[in-house]
Amino acid sequence: MFWIIQSAVSLGILWGIMSLGVYITFRVLNFADLTVDGSFTLGGAVSAVLAARGVNPLLAVLIAMVGGMMAGLTTGLLNTKLRIPGLLASILTQIALYSINLRVMGSPNIPLLRVPTIFTWLGDIGFPTRWISMGVGLVFMAGVIALMYWFFGTEIGSAIRATGDNPHMIRALGVHTDTTIILGLVMGNALVALSGGLIAQQQGYGDIGMGTGAIVIGLAAIIIGEVLFTQRNFMFRLMAVIFGSIVYRIVITLVLRFGLKSTDLKLFTAVLVALALYLPVMRSEYRQFKQRRRKINA
Amino acid sequence: MLKIKQVSKTFYLGTPNEHQALKNIDLTINTGDFVTVIGGNGAGKSTLLNLIAGVLLPDGGQIMLDDQDVTWMPEHKRAALLGRVFQDPMRGTAGDMGIDENLALAARRGKRRGLGWGIAKSEREQYREILGKLDLGLEGRLGAKVKLLSGGQRQALTLMMATLKEPRMLLLDEHTAALDPKTGARVLALTEELISRQQLTTMMITHNMRDAIKYGNRLLMLHEGRIILDIQGEDKRRLHVEDLLHMFEKASGSQLANDRMLLS
Repeated sequence: MFWIIQSAVSLGILWGIMSLGVYITFRVLNFADLTVDGSFTLGGAVSAVLAARGVNPLLAVLIAMVGGMMAGLTTGLLNTKLRIPGLLASILTQIALYSINLRVMGSPNIPLLRVPTIFTWLGDIGFPTRWISMGVGLVFMAGVIALMYWFFGTEIGSAIRATGDNPHMIRALGVHTDTTIILGLVMGNALVALSGGLIAQQQGYGDIGMGTGAIVIGLAAIIIGEVLFTQRNFMFRLMAVIFGSIVYRIVITLVLRFGLKSTDLKLFTAVLVALALYLPVMRSEYRQFKQRRRKINA
Repeated sequence: MLKIKQVSKTFYLGTPNEHQALKNIDLTINTGDFVTVIGGNGAGKSTLLNLIAGVLLPDGGQIMLDDQDVTWMPEHKRAALLGRVFQDPMRGTAGDMGIDENLALAARRGKRRGLGWGIAKSEREQYREILGKLDLGLEGRLGAKVKLLSGGQRQALTLMMATLKEPRMLLLDEHTAALDPKTGARVLALTEELISRQQLTTMMITHNMRDAIKYGNRLLMLHEGRIILDIQGEDKRRLHVEDLLHMFEKASGSQLANDRMLLS
């Protein structure tokens, strides 16, 4: 049982990096970005193809990130320059990426058998096998959180946060919101693709369907994190996203062990996210209900 | 100095709803002038302000700010020259960010934003001092999120933000209309204090005739997209609400049937 949970935690950290990307677009920028399903797969595809061709696996993951940036840039340009609403713009990119991902991979699945990856590297230098995934996940997670914490404290980072908060205000203060929106989407999808690239190497294959539902999983992690861990400062909020991702993986692992069919998993996740999204509304409705009752009784 | 030459603005051009909100406006505002603007709904007050701010672009004509032609300059570039406060207190500040962070964003208006810290330590001290002068009790809550503030506090903060880096011109769009009368009066008093301290060239839209008369050194009245009254200096100082109503009837040829303007 310990190793089952331990492996769920490892996966939670690796997928948590994707959730941090979703956090940038969904929470910081206030942009419902469905590019994620496509850019996650793109990251996995690029990373798998390059690793399979003998490219340094770490470099492969970095190039995967560049792919994610291009995906975010596309959605950003569709939204700001062609004035297509964010949700629709990102769906267009997502659909386009399905074709692009198949082109990148050449087939729907790229196996990485006997191919050196970041994970086999660590095994080769004697890192305990069962801790490799967690080790890689923790290193990348720490780097990403440190970078995000620094960046969103800078002048440009603050301008991106303000864009998500109140675009009218920040335009009146001299910021071109087209630029900040594009920048946020580029960064968010870079992290999503990084996560996809790592997952592909970790599981030993890239697959055309690996990103399906990624956005919902990202939202689940963010919301679970927010509900379970009350957030104080920005650093803690970023950590809460990772914790949310871990909790989500553990829950999934447990319900599968208790007999949920793996094909029903997406339905389960959707219901979970719907309930979690309703929770804050339910809380305030309950509070109002209690207040009314108190008034009537008094 | 602001110079507006032959500026018009038409909405919904080429549709059945086509509507000319401003008609060949010519207007010069001298440096240091504090101009109040009144007029009924749909008179074109906000359109005029939004054309100056770059939120809207005119059909044609020219808008000069000092010696710079800003007619077609985009809003975010023009922001370097202008301080703005809006009618909706929510609109001028970022609610999920701290008071200090909002001020820091405003301190960088018109400057290139890079990878330096969004707010430096020395700035916090400076902001605490500035807020202390406001006497709203905000100096002790520098890190508090702005959404926790009242409408009046938010408007006072927006005013501080608009003037933190001295603008060439201050644009106020009915910035006390959404506040209760007492808070509104307080924000107006603060407005006047800031304007006179920095000698700011200001345009203030208001729906309140008494405020329009009480504040500033020049008064404009708009009606159906034209400036129908322009009173300044000694004439303005002697002005009463009754005179204004009378002059409006004479200039526009109609009754001023706007309860909001009469009752407030």
